[in-house]
Amino acid sequence: MPGAELPVLLPPAPPARAQGDARFGLKARHGLYIAVLFALATGAAQAASDAGLPGPFETLLKWVPFVLKGFGLNLVISFFAMLFGTIAGAALGLMQISLLAPVRSGSWLVTQFFRNSPWLVLLFAIMLLFPFELDFGFVVVPVPDWMKAVIGFSLPIMANISEVVRGAVQSLPSGQWESAESLAFTRGQTLRMVILPQCIKRMIPPWINWYCILAMATPLASIMGVEESVTYTAQALNAEGDRPELIWPFYLFLLLIFFAYTYPIARWSIRLERKFLVKT
Amino acid sequence: MSDATPDSTPGWTPDQPMVSIKDVHKSFGDLEVLKGVSLDIMKREVICIIGPSGSGKSTLIRCVNALNDIQKGSITVEGIEVNDPNLDKLALRKKVGMVFQQYNLFPHKTAIENVMMAPLHVLKQPRQEVEERAYGLIKKVRLEGKEHSYPGELSGGQQQRVAIARSLAMTPDVMLFDEVTAALDPETVKEVLVTIQELAEEGMTCVLVTHEMGFARELADHIYFTDRGVIVEHGPPASFFSDARDPRTKEFLSQIL
Repeated sequence: MPGAELPVLLPPAPPARAQGDARFGLKARHGLYIAVLFALATGAAQAASDAGLPGPFETLLKWVPFVLKGFGLNLVISFFAMLFGTIAGAALGLMQISLLAPVRSGSWLVTQFFRNSPWLVLLFAIMLLFPFELDFGFVVVPVPDWMKAVIGFSLPIMANISEVVRGAVQSLPSGQWESAESLAFTRGQTLRMVILPQCIKRMIPPWINWYCILAMATPLASIMGVEESVTYTAQALNAEGDRPELIWPFYLFLLLIFFAYTYPIARWSIRLERKFLVKT
Repeated sequence: MSDATPDSTPGWTPDQPMVSIKDVHKSFGDLEVLKGVSLDIMKREVICIIGPSGSGKSTLIRCVNALNDIQKGSITVEGIEVNDPNLDKLALRKKVGMVFQQYNLFPHKTAIENVMMAPLHVLKQPRQEVEERAYGLIKKVRLEGKEHSYPGELSGGQQQRVAIARSLAMTPDVMLFDEVTAALDPETVKEVLVTIQELAEEGMTCVLVTHEMGFARELADHIYFTDRGVIVEHGPPASFFSDARDPRTKEFLSQIL
């Protein structure tokens, strides 16, 4: 039968990635694109600049230390939000696998609430609801805006880490629990000596992934007036007066900074993941 | 393996059945898996439970060490009532060792660490003593030189033998084997069976759920055939294999032999 097409069995579609495992898919070429755009924008700005004014690159160079100082606060916020979010998230995740139904459902509710709320909404809520100082009676601790941002960011991180922990524990074969039980391990011992040590490896790649997402999200705090890199970039542009041609070079430069920070972390995470896949 | 069982329950003596199962009923939801099973296992006895998949044989031995609870009936191990809500699980599991089809070794620990973990952390025995015993057990299951290998570096048969050593490290009085060769390559089945045979010959009380009919015929003192949650027929291997009476047993044996 000339031309007749035989039916073939197509290869199965690649499995959809599990929720909470959205890989931070940064590639080296993405950095190159940003750099090229940055070069083009700077060139265009050069052409658009009035003669007599300092060139865009020169102007940018002058503001680099200022913008980097702002970026430092982005890093500080991301570190502390990750720290608090991880501690709280680990506790919440363990509560999600508790044997007590109320603990389990309560922690599930908290997890789902903070995991599914928009980050900006959480940030606004904390910024507006949290007092500007904490009065402990004997001492009054001021709470600056950046600290409120830390709290605001640690909530969604907490919820997502909670899911990472729960998912990792539940992904282990039930035989691990059973054999530990048959060897008379208590539940606590089983968790501590058998289950969690195996989970740590599984949790590190998504944990790093969430850190990258968090680091990229910290500029949201600029909306609330926290003086981080985006706020500082806007201030630098203001200080330069009426020079709209500088907007592209300045923000693309900021994007490059974020890329230079998160790209190596994302690469490292992928390498770890591969390593853990091979050896168990 | 010693005759002395210092911490056995008062009232239990070695001339009574070591494991006594009486009219056990077990359901998972609406599905009744065990519908009144009774059997006794004497000390040093080797019994094999055979039967089609889903006949409840694995569930039965899982109930013996309280991995599954039972709804009705009674199971005693050296006089300990397994179905007691105040069951001392530690006391029970010190007496009952269990080996699983999927080995279930702890993949993040080496072979020797797998063997040592429970005696160290559950029985709180001194490390030196545990270590000595663990090396001895690894030697006993013929895995000398593999002490520091991770489970992922061992073959299925080797992993299963580590699992047997791990269970023996708790010095149990009875060993439960739940289809321990079912997941193995044919060529490694033998090495595991040899290990079990040696154990049996040393006098360990063994309960095997198995599909290895040759092994059952050679080694078992008594064979039980289960189907749909009941024991259909049982007897010593010689009579069991030659003059099975129940049509279900006959059919099963004709398919498998």
